[in-house]
Amino acid sequence: MKRIIDNKHPLAIRWFHWVNFPLLGIMIWSGLLIYWAYHPYKIQVGDWVLVKFFPDWLFIALKLRRRLAEGMAWHFVFMWLFMLNGLFYVGYTWLSGEWRYLIPDRHSFREAWDVVLHDLGIRKIAPLQTKYNAAQKIAYSGVILMGLGSLLTGLAIYKPIQFAWVTWLFGGYTSARVIHFALTMGYLLFFVVHILQVIRAGWNNFRSMVAGFDVIDYGNTGQSERTDA
Amino acid sequence: METQDNQNEQMPNLPERDELTTEQQIRRRTIKAFALFGAASLVPFGVWKWIQQQPKVNGLPKTFRTVLGGNEAIASLFLSHNHLAPTFPPEDAAKKVRVNGSDGMKGDFDPATWSLKVEQTASGEANRRFTLLLEDIKALPKVEQVIEFKCVEGWSQIQHWGGARFADFVAKYGVGTRSGHPAQSAGDWYQYVGLETPNGGYYVGLDIESALHPQTLLAYEMNGQPLTGPHGAPLRLLIPVKYGVKNLKRIGRIFFTDQRPRDFWHERGYDYFVGL
Repeated sequence: MKRIIDNKHPLAIRWFHWVNFPLLGIMIWSGLLIYWAYHPYKIQVGDWVLVKFFPDWLFIALKLRRRLAEGMAWHFVFMWLFMLNGLFYVGYTWLSGEWRYLIPDRHSFREAWDVVLHDLGIRKIAPLQTKYNAAQKIAYSGVILMGLGSLLTGLAIYKPIQFAWVTWLFGGYTSARVIHFALTMGYLLFFVVHILQVIRAGWNNFRSMVAGFDVIDYGNTGQSERTDA
Repeated sequence: METQDNQNEQMPNLPERDELTTEQQIRRRTIKAFALFGAASLVPFGVWKWIQQQPKVNGLPKTFRTVLGGNEAIASLFLSHNHLAPTFPPEDAAKKVRVNGSDGMKGDFDPATWSLKVEQTASGEANRRFTLLLEDIKALPKVEQVIEFKCVEGWSQIQHWGGARFADFVAKYGVGTRSGHPAQSAGDWYQYVGLETPNGGYYVGLDIESALHPQTLLAYEMNGQPLTGPHGAPLRLLIPVKYGVKNLKRIGRIFFTDQRPRDFWHERGYDYFVGL
């Protein structure tokens, strides 16, 4: 059996990925400090409350109460770093050509469904892929659009009069706040699935996001095996 | 170089990097990368500690105040009197207007004996100090506006207010400028306006630009009726380009200055500007 070192993730992408981790963490945490001061959101069917954002015990457990001023300060300081890191990432993927691996094409949505079936153990064979599979392409491109959405809805509720047209674009002030919040819940959902997939994909894949390279084993069949998250 | 020669002598079989076996390369690159990764992950903790141990300025770490000051400078660049808060038809306005906060409104207060103190301390003609009655404010052109009132807590409500433009009040009484005359240049304006409740229990500071915004009112009516006590009777500030915290109720004193007036919530950890 032959092992080959395959350089997978450029250094820049690894940096942007890992810098984003604490930055997004701070944005979500400080966002929750702000949200506590007025937390009316819930999903309900008729009178039956399905999910409440959030139950009191959660605010208490995470020490999110009565910290609005602190939350706003963190949010409006770190928003710049969060935005810059995102812009650098997009700029880099664009200039380096890495976007070719990331942008979904017209086959991606059908293939992504096959990936989902495969990952759930329903379908035996995963579709052929390059650096990222179709589900990854959609997820990783989508989360960048979500980031853009967070910046714009953030601006819409941060300066709703100076940028009234942005606020209008998102259906008004209260609507922009709901979308801003929903996108945050989207990140948390993304995070959960992402972590599960990273665990599933294993060490080789995780190492590639830190060290940049993948090890490809060529078995007797001559077929390469590669797992990704 | 001598030392290098010696090293080579001690390890004569050390292969060149590209002669490392694949396994060795994997090992080396992995160790190096994770060592760096571990070291780099200390940076966020360092930043966190650095922020936590900073001296506080009005309840916030010094660096935060600096950045918020920068945010204010950027916000001031695109602050324009042409940027208006969206307005709504009166029927959209809330009938039950939310009351939030009663700071500075405790204790006995008699609207009948109320008067508005206006002050600017300066040399020469601009040195002014006088009092006004509600009739004086009502004598100014009346403006009604239905806007979305926004609280720093995050809630908002469409509300219907009536009163006089702050800009009209300033022009009529010749206050707000250093020359004591209608402003000939932007530099003639005092930089700030301060407002306080009669007992001094609540106080705000405003940048002059925001105070002179055409939607900033000295309001005496809500939903077409005289203001009620909890909403700031007899006269309150209604400034849609700021969060609710700046919309001071029951104005006792208005003053113009170049020093930042103290501000109740700024002293309690909030941004000074809070412009929308």
